[in-house]
Amino acid sequence: MTYSYYPGCTAHSTGWEFNDSTVAVFSTLGSGLTEIEDWNCCGGASAHNLDHFVGLGLPARNLSIAQAAGKDLIIPCAGCYNNVKKAQTAMEEGGEDAAKLKRVLDFDWQGKVAVLSLVDWLERPGVIDGLTAKVKRPLSNLKVVAYYGCQLVRPQRVTGRSSCENPTVLEEACRAVGATALDWSYKVDCCGADLAFGHGDRAEALCTKLAQQAKAAGADAIVVSCGLCQINLDMRQSGLGLPILYITEVLGAALGVAKDKWWKKHINDPSGLFR
Amino acid sequence: MHAFASEIQERSGQNLSRCYQCKKCTAGCPTVTWFEWPNHGVVRMIQRGLRDELLGSKAIWMCVTCETCGTRCPNGIYLSPIMDALRALAVEEGRPVPEPAVVAFHKAFVGSAKRFGRVHEATMLAEFMWKSKLFLQKGFVGEAVGGAKLFAKGKIPLLPSSVKGKAEIAKIFAESELKL
Repeated sequence: MTYSYYPGCTAHSTGWEFNDSTVAVFSTLGSGLTEIEDWNCCGGASAHNLDHFVGLGLPARNLSIAQAAGKDLIIPCAGCYNNVKKAQTAMEEGGEDAAKLKRVLDFDWQGKVAVLSLVDWLERPGVIDGLTAKVKRPLSNLKVVAYYGCQLVRPQRVTGRSSCENPTVLEEACRAVGATALDWSYKVDCCGADLAFGHGDRAEALCTKLAQQAKAAGADAIVVSCGLCQINLDMRQSGLGLPILYITEVLGAALGVAKDKWWKKHINDPSGLFR
Repeated sequence: MHAFASEIQERSGQNLSRCYQCKKCTAGCPTVTWFEWPNHGVVRMIQRGLRDELLGSKAIWMCVTCETCGTRCPNGIYLSPIMDALRALAVEEGRPVPEPAVVAFHKAFVGSAKRFGRVHEATMLAEFMWKSKLFLQKGFVGEAVGGAKLFAKGKIPLLPSSVKGKAEIAKIFAESELKL
């Protein structure tokens, strides 16, 4: 199956290794990713704070481009995913927002393509089995906790998830490639990335608690599927030295396509976990 | 219902009358420590029409839209769109904000998206630093070291990437109330 792909602004900056490992994993599984034409910034965690319409209009333009491309859309960045899903929800609910988006962007949402995070994608039938079949290097020495944070799961009316409090597919994916995924109670707590600019100490307090709890659970790393969670946890954990891995890096390592360049992009070096 | 409560209901699409002050929103909030009043108190204040207090508060800028409160509300009230409505009103009315650095960041970020169609971290962060004057504050050295590490790892590109559809981006901003 081939997909449309919306990498988002961080794919070429702070989330370089997230983009590179996502592309590597999909290509190894034989699923092509085609970048949607001329995509724009989704508004991040900022636009909706300042203006309701800008917060919907920016992601809605990407939704319109993806619909024209005609394939289900993969969005690895959790923030981009949540914003595009919010625009989709607004279009589907109808009302004033939908009418204005329709007029300004000259498009009508027909619901013909699905908008998927990597968590949604892993939950699709056959995807985890497909991964299992391609494992070259089972990660039997790797012990992790999976961390979902906010934007991949909440709010329910936008993500449409049956479980917002206890999603489990990242753990299932880690187990499918031979790693040990441990239980912990902090998988959907917030890392406070929004506070990183202006109140770095507060973001550090939230991240440090998560890193401490991951260590207490016995994990050697936290596995995430969000660029903001990754950089915030990697930079702001009070020197605990806990690597923060993208799910696609874990999968890529097991599929035998990991690159040293991925590990070099991290603040807390994860390369020792894959020797 | 107070006129302010009607205004917030209209903007947020949330039914404030359903709140029975069970405090579940407050119990799960990761940032309530930095609010002047707890989450359920914010709802009550809207019902009471305490407009100036709320639009000039830290609470509305310390909410990080994690959506935990809305997910857990037994009455289906989502506090995030309510907070969005309060923040947007404060910006529209040009209210003095007690969290200037947070607002400066959001404005620099959205300004970058408006300019290029995509966010360019290097110029966005420079604008944020300049406008927030954070470089004059304690703790800046630590932040600068973190930024330098990212730069050294090639995570902050020097050149921006632009979209072709700038006219469409401009139209979205032109149809909004936002002045940056």
